[in-house]
Amino acid sequence: MTATHDILFRTLADPTRRALFERLCRDGEQTVANLTAQAGISQPAVSKHLGLLKQAGLVRDRPQGRQTHYSAQLNALAPLIDWTSQMTGFWQSKFDDLEDLLRRMDQ
Amino acid sequence: MTTAPMTTGTTETLSVVVEREIPFAPEKIWRALTQPHLIEAWLMKNDFSPAVDHRFQLRGDWGSVDCRVLVVEPNRSLSYTWDAMGLESVVTWTLTPQGAGTLLRMEQAGFRPDQQQAYQGAKFGWQKFFASLEQIVAKE
Repeated sequence: MTATHDILFRTLADPTRRALFERLCRDGEQTVANLTAQAGISQPAVSKHLGLLKQAGLVRDRPQGRQTHYSAQLNALAPLIDWTSQMTGFWQSKFDDLEDLLRRMDQ
Repeated sequence: MTTAPMTTGTTETLSVVVEREIPFAPEKIWRALTQPHLIEAWLMKNDFSPAVDHRFQLRGDWGSVDCRVLVVEPNRSLSYTWDAMGLESVVTWTLTPQGAGTLLRMEQAGFRPDQQQAYQGAKFGWQKFFASLEQIVAKE
């Protein structure tokens, strides 16, 4: 596992951080106050988790006035997602099925 | 028989290519690629028809793929769009006679890298993604 993977896994393994990240993925940019209102933990605790998510590159913060807005950075997950190799595996397995079918077909 | 997976990535699009020498004539492979009951036997349930602009669906256990036929050149080339879970691409089959058999090539192209997230999110759902994440972490 690469260092990048390791940081992403460790950061998202925590259920509270994961819930925060999922919320940002689902609902878009949010203020710390908004996130705290639904997180069931204190604002300093939410800020600490957001800080760790930020270190992992999973969220970005944008100060505006007295509020800080956070948004999810989905690109940070890219190292975990090798889409083309998944699709290649899919088609190779379908080629196998196709060859099996051809062997069973008449003519 | 050879299997040659290749993937190429650019900033604009990604493509997946699978190519294989198959010991059957192009005509026979063409039937398997274009007759609905045969397509179902190796790919998915479908309402395919080999007519340009025909819209059809491929239906799997996990969901469906919306398709539209783009190119029909009997025994040579077949191309259709492949839109699944926010991911738009084009699948092109090319049949080239080779000895007594056929070189069959499948290229799926046109994904933009920024579509991968939508695809993944929809396909596996965050729950499944994070469930496997937890398992991996738990092993440490």
